[in-house]
Amino acid sequence: MTSGQPLLFSQNASDSLSLDAPPPLKRGSFSCLCRTGSVSSSHVSSTFSDLDDAQSHFVDAKNESLSRRKLSWDVASIGERDLGRNLYESECTFPTTRFQSAESQFFQHVLSECHSQPAQSVSAFSGHHMEHDKSSDLLSRSALEISSGPSMYIPTDTASSSRREKLNHQRTRRKSWANEDILSSEENARFIHINDPRRTNDKYEFTGNEIRTSKYTVITFLPKNLFIQFHRVAYIYFLVIAALNQLPPLAVFGRTVSLFPLLFVLFVTAIKDGYEDWRRHRSDRKENNREAKVLQGARFYSKEWKKIRVGEILKIHADETIPCDMVLLRSSDPSGIAYVQTMNLDGESNLKTRYARQETASTDYESEHVTGLIRCEQPNRNIYEFTANMEFGGQRIPLGQSNIVLRGCQLKNTDWIIGVVVYAGQETKAMLNSAISPSKRSKLEGYMNRETLWLSVFLFVMCAVVAFGMGLWLERHMDRLDTLPFYRRKYFTKGQENGKRYNYYGLPLEIFFSFLSSVIVFQIMIPISLYISMELVRLGQSYFMIGDTRMYDCSSDSRFQCRSLNINEDLGQIRYVFCDKTGTLTENKMEFRKASIHGQNYGNSSYLADQQMQDTSEGRPGKGGIADTISRQRWKPKTVVKVDPELVALLHKELVGEERIAAHEFFLTLAACNTVIPIKTGKRLSTDLSFGEFYEEPVVIDYQGESPDEQALVCAASAYGYTLMERTSGHIVIDIHGEEQRLDVLGLHEFDSVRKRMSVVVRFPDDSVKVLVKGADSSIFNILAEVTDQREDQSTGIRCATQNHLNEYSLQGLRTLVLASRDLSEMELEEWFQSYQEASTSLTERSAKLRQTASLIECNLNLLGATGIEDRLQDGVPEAIESLRQAGIKVWVLTGDKQETAISIGLSCKLLTHHMQQIIINGSSEEECKNLLADAKANYGIKPQGCRSKNSKWKKNIDSDQTEVENPNDYVTPGSTFPKTGLHLRYSFDTEDLPEQYGAKVASTMNQQLALIIDGNSLVYILEKDLQPELFDLAVSCRVVLCCRVAPLQKAGVVDLIKSRTNDMTLAIGDGANDVSMIQMADVGVGICGQEGRQAVMASDFAMGQFRFLKRLLLVHGHWNYQRVGYLVLYNFYRNAVFVMMLFWYILCTAFSTTSALTDWSSVFYSVIYTSVPTIVVGILDKDLSHRTLLRYPKLYGAGHRQESYNMRLFWLTMIDTLWQSLVLFYVPLFAYRNSTIDIWSMGSLWTIAVVVLVNVHLAMDIQRWILITHIALWGSIVITYICLVVLDSIPDFPNYWTIYHLALFPTYWLNILLITVLALLPRFLLKVLQQMFWPSDIQIARENEILKRRHLGVKSDEATSSRQWGAQW
Amino acid sequence: MKSRVCMGWLQRRPVYQDQVLKELHVEDRSSILGSMDNDEASTSGSNLEIHSGFRNTLHSSVYGFTQQNLPACKPVLTPGWVITMFLSVGFICIPIGVAALLASQSVVEIVDRYDTECIPEVFRDNKVAYIKDDSISKNCTRILKVPSYMKAPIYVYYQLDSFYQNHRRYVKSRSDRQLLYGLKYTDTASCKPEETGNGLPIVPCGLVAWSLFNDTYNFVHESVELKVNRKNIAWKSDREHKFGKDVYPFNFQNGSLIGGAKLDPQIPLSEQEDLMVWMRTAALPSFRKLYGVIEIDLDADEILTVFLSNNYNTYSFGGKKRLVLSTKSWLGGKNNFLAVACLAVGSSCIFMALLFVLLHVRNPRTFGDPTYLTLDRKSNFA
Repeated sequence: MTSGQPLLFSQNASDSLSLDAPPPLKRGSFSCLCRTGSVSSSHVSSTFSDLDDAQSHFVDAKNESLSRRKLSWDVASIGERDLGRNLYESECTFPTTRFQSAESQFFQHVLSECHSQPAQSVSAFSGHHMEHDKSSDLLSRSALEISSGPSMYIPTDTASSSRREKLNHQRTRRKSWANEDILSSEENARFIHINDPRRTNDKYEFTGNEIRTSKYTVITFLPKNLFIQFHRVAYIYFLVIAALNQLPPLAVFGRTVSLFPLLFVLFVTAIKDGYEDWRRHRSDRKENNREAKVLQGARFYSKEWKKIRVGEILKIHADETIPCDMVLLRSSDPSGIAYVQTMNLDGESNLKTRYARQETASTDYESEHVTGLIRCEQPNRNIYEFTANMEFGGQRIPLGQSNIVLRGCQLKNTDWIIGVVVYAGQETKAMLNSAISPSKRSKLEGYMNRETLWLSVFLFVMCAVVAFGMGLWLERHMDRLDTLPFYRRKYFTKGQENGKRYNYYGLPLEIFFSFLSSVIVFQIMIPISLYISMELVRLGQSYFMIGDTRMYDCSSDSRFQCRSLNINEDLGQIRYVFCDKTGTLTENKMEFRKASIHGQNYGNSSYLADQQMQDTSEGRPGKGGIADTISRQRWKPKTVVKVDPELVALLHKELVGEERIAAHEFFLTLAACNTVIPIKTGKRLSTDLSFGEFYEEPVVIDYQGESPDEQALVCAASAYGYTLMERTSGHIVIDIHGEEQRLDVLGLHEFDSVRKRMSVVVRFPDDSVKVLVKGADSSIFNILAEVTDQREDQSTGIRCATQNHLNEYSLQGLRTLVLASRDLSEMELEEWFQSYQEASTSLTERSAKLRQTASLIECNLNLLGATGIEDRLQDGVPEAIESLRQAGIKVWVLTGDKQETAISIGLSCKLLTHHMQQIIINGSSEEECKNLLADAKANYGIKPQGCRSKNSKWKKNIDSDQTEVENPNDYVTPGSTFPKTGLHLRYSFDTEDLPEQYGAKVASTMNQQLALIIDGNSLVYILEKDLQPELFDLAVSCRVVLCCRVAPLQKAGVVDLIKSRTNDMTLAIGDGANDVSMIQMADVGVGICGQEGRQAVMASDFAMGQFRFLKRLLLVHGHWNYQRVGYLVLYNFYRNAVFVMMLFWYILCTAFSTTSALTDWSSVFYSVIYTSVPTIVVGILDKDLSHRTLLRYPKLYGAGHRQESYNMRLFWLTMIDTLWQSLVLFYVPLFAYRNSTIDIWSMGSLWTIAVVVLVNVHLAMDIQRWILITHIALWGSIVITYICLVVLDSIPDFPNYWTIYHLALFPTYWLNILLITVLALLPRFLLKVLQQMFWPSDIQIARENEILKRRHLGVKSDEATSSRQWGAQW
Repeated sequence: MKSRVCMGWLQRRPVYQDQVLKELHVEDRSSILGSMDNDEASTSGSNLEIHSGFRNTLHSSVYGFTQQNLPACKPVLTPGWVITMFLSVGFICIPIGVAALLASQSVVEIVDRYDTECIPEVFRDNKVAYIKDDSISKNCTRILKVPSYMKAPIYVYYQLDSFYQNHRRYVKSRSDRQLLYGLKYTDTASCKPEETGNGLPIVPCGLVAWSLFNDTYNFVHESVELKVNRKNIAWKSDREHKFGKDVYPFNFQNGSLIGGAKLDPQIPLSEQEDLMVWMRTAALPSFRKLYGVIEIDLDADEILTVFLSNNYNTYSFGGKKRLVLSTKSWLGGKNNFLAVACLAVGSSCIFMALLFVLLHVRNPRTFGDPTYLTLDRKSNFA
């Protein structure tokens, strides 16, 4: 249990999340991670064990849960304390308390693990490290990252660890740590001699700082580009066909002609790649030629970035970009602090603090020659870790993440810094991190590939027929082959060749060759050009999505982004939307709303306008002290918070009485217990001309912090007179009602997702030491002081009141935090301090050790109060969710919030309604979850998937049947009802679109709407065990699913639950790093460019500024894209097949020799030039319905769900149509020119024109929206075909010389074209008309309504209201 | 790179915002007036400001393009449209069909199959031996009766059946460059197996030329020889540009196997019109080729005597030979197919138009009535 298991754990963990690519989630590894995420949540063991609770009304259920929870808290807290005491008293005794759940075992394990480490396992660890090679080192490193990795609190982690580092140099130096030797003894450590680049690069050649993001150079371009291009199967197909054609017996086309398509495609792609690469070259060159100041001799000289070498000392000035990863040596600030903006790395706009070590911060690098040696790890891409140490001035100093500034960051608020380069160029963390997110493949493309298989079957059959016919023909004419004028097997000359066979290799080989050459002739049956057209079409669609002004977010100035170009059409088929709450549904702009202090609730009256408050305070000078103070002060916080006058009044009382003291400490905690950095914007003198006098503008304090909650809290504290003025590593300055107090910060335990709290140890000017704690209610209530007898009533009363307030806040959708504090005695302080110092300098398992240290002081706390922060819903969220739901999309909310908060947010965004039946699953053991699930299923009559009727869509999906997912009901029409009623009774939405479709339910529950609320704790059991199917059954029967308190990887697990069991498309939308796993897991990942950095955006396929754009993205663009791409695919199949089949019929008339009547060039140009442009234009520009209609009737989105634009039935219909059209195409000219003098090229020319006209008119028939560009593309391509034919027929070298001129003179030619077009399209047109007139689809009706409504004046008033609604929405 | 992109966006933004505002304004306006919201709202908005000039129009059309809101024609298949379309197709096709039928009927055609008849009875069992035997005279006389008045020009064709002039091996076996440039062009590999004879190149090379048709016809009309004009039977373009004016047949039909007609080495290819006609290989296995033109009218029941030399070997592959005399209409030869097809299509279109009228009268569906939307009929969402 001591040393083996942690490694085991970390390996498991790293398995599941390597940094390179999002791996498929394995169950084992996943569960492991769940544990870390949910350790603390397991303490809350509030459950509904019986079903009556779940069924009962929500409020009742909640009350029930509250009382139960309180009980369980007590139990849990006692357990916890026991545990802590055990550890406290005897270091080496493992706690004997056993918890039931696996999580607590883990927690316990961590505790014991960490505690015994200083004594025993350190050496074991280091030994382990030494044994392991680089790879295992990497593994454990990534594991470390994971344990905190995907959570949104990473930044907190890093920033406050820096503060921790800073503590190190304030205290007396302790003996060097055993672990420090790891690096020195490790062979693959990197040695950097400070200011001695020559020696540094002597032994190992470290990369220079030149970066190259370009792929090619002039020389390598051709081979490398070709190599990359031929990775595509399509190109290989082209190549094989072209190669086949080079063989003499197979030369169907001219040799050059057959290479044309391949060369064309290669050429176009190469130009595109070349252009992109040239741009990269250009930006690289620009980047490489930037200049930085480098220490040379005794002065800093400018040097180009590309010449910077590892080991050199650099000086960076304010607002400059940092050219490479460097260890900070000194900054303009005497304490060695530097602020950097890491926007380019992680997208967070707030400033991060970095520290120079005290030892190096005082050296003057220009005047004295410094030497030193840095040992650091090999370059890796983890931007949150850096492990190194430095020998400097005879001392060995540990270096951590807070001592390094990374390439791409910008120096802010610091005049200059001096640092030594440790990683340069390609080895910098920024460069190592610039990987592209993995590409996804759209579902439609998957289906398309399946149909392509069918097409290859057709191809094979046709080739086989030709080959077979050839064999038969040869067999029959065997005896005459030598002399047939049109065959001639032998040479009859007087030369040596006389009597030899000419191009004849025996019957079997002839048959085989015939097969191959027909493959060459029929090659475009496999529509390779379709892949290229699709890429172009998606590019065009993306252009329009990006350019959509209605998806432009003015507030953050962010446009819609298409980061992935492969899955546009998937947007039209989304069935499940998984969305994060904070920052996605809500703005993530926190506002301090309510406070509960000492059992008193404040903030109810705080909705007074500022002005009003000003008035009252002025009117009553006695109470208006606060306003006066603020106006007198020369500073003000950037954001203004409304205050509760009652609370202000309380704060202006004398500092006596428990309530007053609690309030004081409450705000102290708010101001002190955080990692927010106040940044003062300097005093400015401004002139007000109207008054003609100078006045001083107050200093504006901007609070920069990683978490918006903290910023809100600090602002709130400031509004109440506790202003955080200054934060350095060792102390903070708080302005308390105009009186500045300096508090020494002795230590800080940052927030982590396991403890769910943060604490700070401060020494007050009066030498008293306090620990101030703030955290989630669940984590704080467990560690409050035991209630002693004399204060029992009051204390319990306060707790109860606070608890009630907390519930009230949650119900209002506020985010709650609980604050607590405690005085520390000297002894406790001493012990903690020692342990803290050890832990914070540790190189391994630092966070675990710190966690363990924190538990020393985070106990026996006094409750101060609680805060309620409002995270406002983003604009348009309820409307968007409502629309999505009407569109048949299921919205699942996955949030880290508490159940109550989640439910209240669910209500406020219209996800939940009050008449929904809520099923709440929050078991604390596997058994319990199982029962809850089973009961819920029994109660609501949800049958397991297996019992479904056969034509249920779901059944098929689950069987993962490869055949078309198609419900016969979708298309079968009860036509008998039609003539009488005039109503078209198509398949009805009622059975199709309701969530209930998934469950053949008991009749009574048909009308019931179910909502499933499940917490992360239960998810741990369910996702881990074989309860998954149960949850799945339940979840798909529910209209709404809310998952609360879920860990990042659980989010991915939930997505996977749906994704792996159904064929439905899933979409995940989120804004934070904690959503990355979910975004990558879902079929479509959407990132919100919000407050929480860019990780989500970087991992996403699409990114946008606001949640409400999702509605437009799916309902409008998704619909359009799906319709377009679906039609594009079908049309391309048709277009190529009709051509190939036409050739096939002709070959049957040429004694099965693979003659093509068309000229070689026409055959090649057909899919490249003659017909490609209109398809692409239509694929980009056609639209069936206007966005207004689509948004007004969200249900039109169901077309995508029902796969109306592309399915197996349509494919076969198209193929039958193709067959007919090709027959018409071939036989009309054949009969028309029977027994005539028509020559092969005239016939070919006629066929060429006819097929081009036919496919274009076919397309024209299906175009729904004609704009100028469509006209140009469509008619233009017919004109271009004519031009090409004229040009080809004007070259005397070709046998087809002058054909078209000759042909066009005769009316037969034109009559043929006309007749072919009319006759070929007649069935299709008829079918289309019949369907549209008598069995119109919803899209058709909506379209008619949209276009023809002008004529229906009767519905005018209706229109007016709906359009007014419209205006309101936008 | 990223920053550059952003800059570009920023520069463009004001225009966008402007447009958005304008559009919003228009939307408000339309909602107030209770008018229909339609896709063209943005454009009608810009029309309000005609005075702002061309630049603005350009702006708004660019904006409309990027917002996919350009004014567009959106056809809907209303019953009226459908019936009109069927009717118009019908009314176009039927007259054409009638005209074509008349034209086809006006053509007088005499077809005479002679491949079997022209072989003496004794050789009927072994036609191939007969045709290969040079010592036997191949002359043959056929009597043709003119069925009705034939107006000049009367075209004389020979028709071959089951002769796969479109066989790949055959079609490819030619060199168009050699036809144009003669011996100067030497890359005649495509002509195999008739590329060289006796070690010398053949002009014109290839199977196509080698198998040149060599039956000849002489017509006697009322004991006067009927002049058959054999000039200008090939395409003008072939005579002038495709077949070289100074290219003379060379080493042609000198092999051990004679395929067909021999060419006069004194006459340049550009004047060998039979060759030109033959070299325009036929599209289908049964084809006609022009032999010549009779330039006098023939009356009904007149008797034509044809003296032909039956040289060409179609017996080895069972091909048929026919002599065809035909007049020409504006639509070409005698072929009812186009006429019949047009009539069929036209009448069926009219029939369908009537059917739709009937259906529409009996079961009218209000077009574009949103109440027909399945999604509105029953609301599933409370």
